[in-house]
Amino acid sequence: MTESRKISMTVNGTRHDIEVATRTTLADCLRHQLRLTGTHLGCEHGVCGACTVLYNDHSVRSCLMLAVQADGASITTVEGLAQNDGQLHPLQQAFHDHHGLQCGFCTPGILMTLAEFLKENPEPSEAEVREAIAGNLCRCTGYQGIVAAALDAAAQMGSNGKGNGT
Amino acid sequence: MSQSWIGERAKRLEDKALLTGQGRFVDDIDLPGTLEAAFVRSPHPHAEIRSIDTTAAMALPGVHAVFTHAEILPALTTNYIPHDHKDWAFPETSRPVVIPEKEVCFAGEALAMVVADSRYVAEDAVALVEVDYEPLPAVSDCRKGAEPDSPTVHRDAPNNVVTEFYTEYGDCETAFKQAPHVFKLSMKQHRGGAHSIEPRGTLARYDSESDALTVWTTTQKPYPMRNGLVELLGMDEHRVRVIVPDVGGGFGGKNLLHSEDAMVAVAAVLMKRPVKWIEDRREHFVAAIQERDQYWDVEVAVDAEGYLQGIRGTIIHDQGAYTLLALHVPHNSSIAVPGPYVLPNYQIFTRVIETNRVGSIPVRGAGYPEGNFAMERLLDEVSTRLGMDRAEVRRRNLIPAEKMPFELPMKTREHTPIVYDSGDFPGCQRRAIEAADYAGFPKRQAKALEEGRYRGIGVANMVKVTGRGPFESALVRVGRSGRVMVYTGAMPMGQGTKTTLCQICAGHLGVAPEDILIVTADTAGVPHGIGGYGSRQAVTAGNAVHLAAIEVRKKALKVASHMLEASEEDMTIEEGEVRVKGAPGLSVSLRDVARALSGVKGFDKPGDLSPSLESTIDFMPPDVTYGNACHVVEVEVDIGTGDVEILKYVVVNDSGRLINPTIVEGQLHGGVAHGIGNALFEWMGYDENAQPVVTTFAEYLLPTATEVPNIEVIHHEFPSTLNPLGIKGVGEAGTIPAAAAIISAVENALTPLGVRVHEAPISPARLVELIQASRAGNSSQPTDIN
Repeated sequence: MTESRKISMTVNGTRHDIEVATRTTLADCLRHQLRLTGTHLGCEHGVCGACTVLYNDHSVRSCLMLAVQADGASITTVEGLAQNDGQLHPLQQAFHDHHGLQCGFCTPGILMTLAEFLKENPEPSEAEVREAIAGNLCRCTGYQGIVAAALDAAAQMGSNGKGNGT
Repeated sequence: MSQSWIGERAKRLEDKALLTGQGRFVDDIDLPGTLEAAFVRSPHPHAEIRSIDTTAAMALPGVHAVFTHAEILPALTTNYIPHDHKDWAFPETSRPVVIPEKEVCFAGEALAMVVADSRYVAEDAVALVEVDYEPLPAVSDCRKGAEPDSPTVHRDAPNNVVTEFYTEYGDCETAFKQAPHVFKLSMKQHRGGAHSIEPRGTLARYDSESDALTVWTTTQKPYPMRNGLVELLGMDEHRVRVIVPDVGGGFGGKNLLHSEDAMVAVAAVLMKRPVKWIEDRREHFVAAIQERDQYWDVEVAVDAEGYLQGIRGTIIHDQGAYTLLALHVPHNSSIAVPGPYVLPNYQIFTRVIETNRVGSIPVRGAGYPEGNFAMERLLDEVSTRLGMDRAEVRRRNLIPAEKMPFELPMKTREHTPIVYDSGDFPGCQRRAIEAADYAGFPKRQAKALEEGRYRGIGVANMVKVTGRGPFESALVRVGRSGRVMVYTGAMPMGQGTKTTLCQICAGHLGVAPEDILIVTADTAGVPHGIGGYGSRQAVTAGNAVHLAAIEVRKKALKVASHMLEASEEDMTIEEGEVRVKGAPGLSVSLRDVARALSGVKGFDKPGDLSPSLESTIDFMPPDVTYGNACHVVEVEVDIGTGDVEILKYVVVNDSGRLINPTIVEGQLHGGVAHGIGNALFEWMGYDENAQPVVTTFAEYLLPTATEVPNIEVIHHEFPSTLNPLGIKGVGEAGTIPAAAAIISAVENALTPLGVRVHEAPISPARLVELIQASRAGNSSQPTDIN
């Protein structure tokens, strides 16, 4: 019943060779096996978006994937967003500046969703930002600070000529 | 005093950890040897438990224990979950228990718990527990449950009436006899669940060496949780410690000591291993709490000019299977009706009826949205029937500013007078309708209609009780390290409470908010406290911190005055030092003052001071304080699809003196979003057999970023007269009038079609139904949407 496999995945630039039960979700593997607890579980059925991570640079719901599916993949979680010296990603800074979070539980998923989105749409409109995060539920903020933060981050990233910070 | 941080838009101290994945929520805590729990839950809304066979579950590798009532009850002093009231005033059958023995009364009720190596194995084992149920008739709709021949929610109960009560003053009978106009409405109101994005969770560890239980949990009320566990487990208070780590939202869903929390604690004690339970979303749907259904039949009496003469009627309130938190919701609903208006005569009969559904208790707003909705719909009815402008009808009836403080001829649920302490309700509405360009709306509406688009505008006013006592605690201390520390019973769950409290403290002690170490909601921090609910913490904990910090400052000045041989009036506290003004270099650090008071010998200090540079204050507000607001919302309704687009949303809000305007605005934005959910989306459905039919976020729609507009917030700041800082609470303010304002706007948009809306939420499908019925010439009074 608890069959396991050896997998190798790169998480936030670090390679992990681990043995994982085949039925373990990617979210549980990240959280409990690798102790990267920034990825959160809000619904475990793929709607709330709190568990969103980047899988080979594309956002996925880590509650809907098995860890074994990530064998050979490169995963980025919220812990990998800031630079190694601790400097915040422009999105993180903008969330701080625009009161883009309250309890902070949905925040990692929204940051990862936006990290991918801003890479593909560096100059989004407000409506596009709202559409982009419509798959992430937040019960605290009414999204207003989040949208303002995303637009500011896009402006900052554009003016810094970075294009993306991941 | 040094630089004050009160009123500053300080950036939040909480953010950095949460933004970088370093937050510490209960499921992030990693204790070696932790076992995980999962619950066996009844699939039946009502059934007799004939037997439970755990053999197959126990045989599964990785399972450590299966607990049923046979194992749990011997470890408890009582099976009843401790409550916060002097006496139990309701039927015994309505009293919540830790674990049912012979009967389950809602689908989702936990009747056994598996503890295993992992949640995966625990859930496997849950499926192997064999329960022999004998299904019993169930009550789903509270209106049917109120009928004399209804089946009963509990086998041993004579009927389903928890209680019935009148909320009344004046003389309705005469008022209704004499009034030229009486209008009647039947309304169905529904509010869903709490749905914090972080579910509930509890981790318990028992240390047999010291006979001590430590519980990390998501509770909104750490001290009542501690007290409840002390009572249930028969342990001494100092052996039970409750710690609330980062919490991902509460909204009422984490208000109680739930049966699951108690069972996890029992398992930790019996197994001498850490045990953790993390709720999943499905469990939140079927087993946490909800606010749910109220049916209102009310009538309003007005004179020819639209002045209110009286309101009377009945409420049937769906209490669920157990009375988890007394009558907070129905009572609040019944007293919320007059709100900011002059209502001379009032009589509501409230029937609190049990159903075989999850127990209903407050969700953000706590019964106030329903009372507000009833009043605001009645005022719209008056406007429509008398052909008067809706804002004008409200203006005429709002309590004039010069009448403040205003006492209602009614009592709070604590039987104290209801006195609105400060505010300007007409001014609040005036500012709101100006900001929303209410005067220009008819033109916008007419223009839209020419283009075949249906636009509407809605207005709603509210008053909300905030800052409930009896107290909240704060200990402010300058430690031996020189660091300023704040300990409080307050419990942050996203409101930025740590930032707010540090802003209040910082100015008194000449430090920046980020220099302060703050410990919240840890029962080892201060000996007593309460926690977070009812828009109370900025008022109660804020003033406790304020007063304690003032005491610490006084003490520091007194000691420094002695040390420096200078007068206290000539000294100030800046950058962690007590300084003599105008005498550079003449100073003593707070650290040295703290050391002088800590028992270190050789310091020259006044002899009559108590040890330690600290002060503990339990702030006990003399009364609750009332916030108020006016919301104006403009919508466009797609009559083909029933889609409601919110074009503009204005909030003018009075939450007294603002500590951090950005944080207050965030509370209002989130509160309005919750109200949008209540108006248009959130529906916790049950079928006629009381089986929940909504158990995922695909079925239960929370508002997303595409449905919630930018909200314009204007602060209408009238400080409370009841606490030193002048604060009024704001946590629930945004939610209360939102559904009333939005439904008013929807109805206004559909005026050309003659659609009346007397229910919430109104889904697109239901709205289309009403539009079609109206076009076919049928009445659009609410029919049952269940």
